[in-house]
Amino acid sequence: MLDWRWDFTFEIMPRMLWATLNTLMAAGIGYAIAIVLGLVLALAQRTPYRPLTFVVREAVEFIRSTPLVLQIFFVFYVGPQYGVTLSPWVAGMIAIGLHYAAYLSEVYRGGIESVPKGQWEACTALNMSTAQTYFRIIIPQALPLSVAGMGNYLVGIFKDTPMLSVIGVAELMHAANAIGGQHYRYLEPYTIVGVVFLLISLPSAGLIRAFEAWVRRKLGMS
Amino acid sequence: MSYLDFLAEHGGRYIDGTLITAAQFLLAAVLAILLALIAGLMKLSANPIAKGVAVTYIEFFRGTSLLVQLFWLFFVLPLFGITFDKFTTGFIAVGLNLGAYGAELVRGAIQSVPKGQWEASYALSMSPATQMRRIILPQAFVAMLPPWGNLIIELLKGTALVSLIAVSDLMFEARQINGSTYLSAQAFGTALVIYYVFARLLVTPFMRWLERTMRRRMGRA
Amino acid sequence: MEDMSRYPLELTGADVPMVRFMNVTKRYGSLTVLDSLDLDVTEGEMVTIIGPSGSGKTTVLRMLMTLETINGGVIYVDGKPLTHMAKNGVLVPADAKYLRRARSSIGMCFQHFNLFPHMTALQNCMEGPVQVLGLSKKEARARSEELLEMVGMIDKKDQHPSRLSGGQQQRVAIARALAMRPKVMLFDEVTSALDPEVIGEVTNVIRKLVSEHNLTMLMVTHQMGFARDISDRICFFFAGKIEEQGPPDALFGSPQRDRTKQFLSAVKEAD
Ligand SMILES: Nc1ncnc2c1ncn2[C@@H]1O[C@H](COP(=O)(O)OP(=O)(O)OP(=O)(O)O)[C@@H](O)[C@H]1O
Ligand SMILES: [Mg+2]
Repeated sequence: MLDWRWDFTFEIMPRMLWATLNTLMAAGIGYAIAIVLGLVLALAQRTPYRPLTFVVREAVEFIRSTPLVLQIFFVFYVGPQYGVTLSPWVAGMIAIGLHYAAYLSEVYRGGIESVPKGQWEACTALNMSTAQTYFRIIIPQALPLSVAGMGNYLVGIFKDTPMLSVIGVAELMHAANAIGGQHYRYLEPYTIVGVVFLLISLPSAGLIRAFEAWVRRKLGMS
Repeated sequence: MSYLDFLAEHGGRYIDGTLITAAQFLLAAVLAILLALIAGLMKLSANPIAKGVAVTYIEFFRGTSLLVQLFWLFFVLPLFGITFDKFTTGFIAVGLNLGAYGAELVRGAIQSVPKGQWEASYALSMSPATQMRRIILPQAFVAMLPPWGNLIIELLKGTALVSLIAVSDLMFEARQINGSTYLSAQAFGTALVIYYVFARLLVTPFMRWLERTMRRRMGRA
Repeated sequence: MEDMSRYPLELTGADVPMVRFMNVTKRYGSLTVLDSLDLDVTEGEMVTIIGPSGSGKTTVLRMLMTLETINGGVIYVDGKPLTHMAKNGVLVPADAKYLRRARSSIGMCFQHFNLFPHMTALQNCMEGPVQVLGLSKKEARARSEELLEMVGMIDKKDQHPSRLSGGQQQRVAIARALAMRPKVMLFDEVTSALDPEVIGEVTNVIRKLVSEHNLTMLMVTHQMGFARDISDRICFFFAGKIEEQGPPDALFGSPQRDRTKQFLSAVKEAD
């Protein structure tokens, strides 16, 4: 039945740890893209220019309701068809960054919409420009309201990075597949992947809550 | 080759794949809902063993990735002498994963039922089971339907991963067609549109309808 | 469409009012909230608007602050159109850029203060001068501290709004509005959200403003005694129109119209 081999475990450990770094890097880069692009998508939906808000709204809905793994394939393979070749990393970061940008734009939108109307009116009364109103008053208040949602999606993007293995990004899952294929042993590599994910994502909920409290304190809002 | 020619040639495979995806979706959804109910109730139970089992299940499946779970079930479970065919492995993995998320929704919704409802049904000398079934769950059900709408979409998206263990679902067919034609935009684009239509034109309207119906039944319309 | 040629591009002459509502109409859907309103406020005047709930008092102030667009007529501030701008010799609705320039002479205090919760009292006051007027931090700080001193909040200048009582928040809000050096100040029920025992600290600040500064002020309040004390003129609004107006002693002492009498006696009973 089950024979867990420790010698094999130790043998593949360096490679798995190296791949863990790649996983963290993929999640980090993807998330950085998503944070910025998500804000763009959220603000674009608030412009008075109707066609733009409509198109962005629909695009966000589309991205959110179709599978990420399919989007990863799409971005990776469609380029070459038109003469643009993207490396697995670039394609993967675009796909996962865009996917989570769509989610984050909803988080931001919720945060912005829960800033009281009086804050906007006070900005008008102080004669602030739209940009000043957003960047100095509204967004700083929307941020703490968005931190919990943003944190959940940070964990989410981390847990979705194994999908990048399908186009050959050398993260954990990819390493586990490769090791499994070479040695015909799947128990140890896949179990290690699971354990690494558990070890990183289990404490995250508490960390997110602590960070949220810290942000609120920092802004003097509690 | 025009897109219409492309569809004429490969449309049949997309339909076959969509049917498999639909089957995976339905089976996984049923499993996820059952597991969510059971684990959600167990997590609220006073029995430490029941509670421990539920917490372990929920944390384990929420803490790791669906893809990791799928591969583990597919490649490692047979080593324990448990073997399912790939179709079954597929929807079990998706159902297990989303059931863990659903369990938290069930727990949250039950806890959001006002305390007065528990006390009122207690005052009517209802048994705990009757209390749960007749008074608490119906109210919790209405409260958790909107977030379940999102979760069910996530479940549909999750089924695309079963293609990676060679279940011939929509995603699988799209990859096959891409591999034989190199028309990636058409091959993957068509599948994206089908998933979108499935989610937005079937699943979401159904969930909205269910929400409305349930609210009306509860006299909250 | 309204014939705009009857409205001058600019008010000229010896006694141009600080604020002029000319034939101003405001509708929400089919509900006409203000109906062809004419109202002048001269420089340095303190005008108080009273009237039953829903009579359009807040709407008057919000239109002047450009928080609401208007459906007819023109508002002038300091002789120049506020809601409109001249284009080819006629007035057309103002665009965002024009509005922003035009409204710079107006400041407003709100019923619910609307302080920025992520900034201290001092930062709240400095925000406009630094960001909008382009003052240096040093100048803005000096100006803000002077005003916080005036409203009696200098001790709490480094507190965030969540640490301040309602009365304290409202005093900071007044300092914040004054820091922009407006020519016209608007007060919309600034004491209505306050506990009775702190109303005095806010009304005292407004009294001080009236006696020491030559500001033009437009105020909505339900405190009749306060209004009578400090106003130059009282306007009684009813159903979107000025039913009666005049000096406080005349309006409170010998109201002419039945609706004014009814309203004043109803208010007195409630007191
Ligand atoms: N955004 C809006 N949409 C629709 N109707 C509105 C809106 N704002 C105000 N109204 C209506 O316009 C009318 C006048 O409102 P306004 O707020 O000016 O009254 P008010 O005299 O300030 O009353 P109160 O003493 O209660 O503050 C009311 O009937 C109100 O319901
Ligand atoms: Mg009002």
